[in-house]
Amino acid sequence: MEPILQVKDLSISFTQYGRGTRQVLLPVIQDLSLTIRPGQVVAVVGSSGSGKSLLAHGILGILPYNSHMAGEITFLGQPLTPKRAEAVRGTEIVLVPQGVTYLDPLMKVGPQIRKGRRDQKARQASRTALKRYGLGEEVESLYPFELSGGMARRVLIATAAAETPKLVIADEPTPGLDARSAQRVLGHFRELADGGAGVLLITHDLELALTIADRVAVFYAGETVEEADAADFTAGKLRHPYTRALWNALPQNGFVPIPGAQPGPGEVGKGCPFAPRCPKQRPECLSPVSYRELEGGLVRCLYPEGEMV
Amino acid sequence: MKHRLLFTGKKLIRMVLLLLGVSLAAFLLMSASPLDPLQTNVGQAALGTMSQEQIAKLEDYWGVNTPPAERYLGWLGDFVRGDMGTSLLYRQPVSTVIGQRLQNSLWLMAFAWVISGVLGLTLGVIAGANRGRLADKLIRGYCLLISSTPAFWLALLLLVIFSVWLGLFPIGLSVPIGADASSVTLADRLYHAFLPALTLSITGVANITMHTREKMADIMESDYVLFARAGGESAPSIVLRHGLRNVALPAITLQFASIIEIFGGSVLVEQVFSYPGLGQAAVSAGLGSDLPLLLGITVVSAAIVFGGNLIADLLYGVVDPKIRRGAAKR
Ligand code: SF4
Repeated sequence: MEPILQVKDLSISFTQYGRGTRQVLLPVIQDLSLTIRPGQVVAVVGSSGSGKSLLAHGILGILPYNSHMAGEITFLGQPLTPKRAEAVRGTEIVLVPQGVTYLDPLMKVGPQIRKGRRDQKARQASRTALKRYGLGEEVESLYPFELSGGMARRVLIATAAAETPKLVIADEPTPGLDARSAQRVLGHFRELADGGAGVLLITHDLELALTIADRVAVFYAGETVEEADAADFTAGKLRHPYTRALWNALPQNGFVPIPGAQPGPGEVGKGCPFAPRCPKQRPECLSPVSYRELEGGLVRCLYPEGEMV
Repeated sequence: MKHRLLFTGKKLIRMVLLLLGVSLAAFLLMSASPLDPLQTNVGQAALGTMSQEQIAKLEDYWGVNTPPAERYLGWLGDFVRGDMGTSLLYRQPVSTVIGQRLQNSLWLMAFAWVISGVLGLTLGVIAGANRGRLADKLIRGYCLLISSTPAFWLALLLLVIFSVWLGLFPIGLSVPIGADASSVTLADRLYHAFLPALTLSITGVANITMHTREKMADIMESDYVLFARAGGESAPSIVLRHGLRNVALPAITLQFASIIEIFGGSVLVEQVFSYPGLGQAAVSAGLGSDLPLLLGITVVSAAIVFGGNLIADLLYGVVDPKIRRGAAKR
């Protein structure tokens, strides 16, 4: 089946003013590749500060003006140019953001779902979408501050679903929710995928992502360090030492903290970004490490888990 | 509704306390003034030719011999009964003087207030929505230039250009010289108020623009604007649908807070244009030790400024759904 979204060697960087008027190019995302097929939920997992939100903004073409994007994005077989992104965002590609702050605080919910359209069709669509997520018509005339956290999340998903999108980008859609509500919210994304859409789930929560994702890409310091089927993760078959560390940091797997801190943008050297924190680090790791196939997945490591040296 | 009444009641009590404080402060300042009312108003030379008796009479008239506490309490007592006293300089009831002056000033200030508000909001929204681009740079440059220019200097400049060189506008006063009060038309008044009002507007715009720009720029960086963009809304639609809506609340505050600045500015500007408004009367009352008039003007202008803030607070309740719905639930 033709992929819905294909991202190849995507890099995003920012221009920053250093000392005086000297401009510095700050790389935030490097060489990111990703494929989403119809009916698939692909999770991009990384801790905060890894630049993963910018991936969403990059695909939607809404990066700030001082940023640069390189690489290829293909949507439904056609290159996703800035112009095309402008035309399809909000309809064919939709964003489900984190929380209630993404709703205009002074506008009622209804007009926000309809995005200013007033025709009967739009009204119908917004009501159907709300109903689908268990919200009544009366929610349309509420202001965002009158919504509970869970309701706000459902309103945001309804906003996306009202458009019958081909690609849904969910950017950290669960923080602040208890486990059960978070599970329910994720279930809605699974449904959207089962309906034929592609879902890109951006999250810091590996465990939660694994409950609905088909494929998982692990993101570290602006690079994907591993990509594999979700089944591999649940079976404990991990490739990259960072993924292993993330896995061990989960409560049920020992709660082992990862020593050190993730390097920020511009602090990454030429070699493996995880090297300073990696227990298996060797001198070779300080020169560039390529992204390669390994047992049905991809990994960016010289000495991955489970591979004999 | 009950909630809103309570709110207004509290505000009114605060207003009374404020007016009391303001009038007392004005009185104390005036009492501490080194200016001798007799010397400034009658003149050293004239005083020299007067008899001791005459001087004593004058001293009584200017209240030199009355103890300050008695003077203030006397004024306050009359004021509470609705009598603002008689102006020592104009020899007319203070309420009459203020009434006339206020009428002149209101033209001026209302004009400046509306112009600076509308223009300031428009420019601020444009600059904030285009932060860092050319439009923003031009607007910001203008504002910085204006806010570093003293108002009286700008007034003089406009006076020289438009009245002296081009002869387009009168040099001063609020009505044509020598005209009969009944023959003065609205057009005459506007014509005379134009330059002073323009000066006030030009300086007022800068402040409102800069503050609106700041708010607007924050809004454009907000999560909900990002989400609107992600939802395919065009830039103009975002500014109109989300920008204006969210800038409205701070704009109301700004607009009503600017009354006080326009008031302050009008004192200087009226002086330059010899425009017989409240500001000019305040200056002469202060310099001429006209205590009843000064206190009257202080209280009236404080009440106007306070009234402005009160209106802003009430409007807030109408515009902000949080307050509106919150009040409805109670
Ligand atoms: S490349 Fe080297 S340092 Fe980096 S994760 Fe693999 S073993 Fe560790």
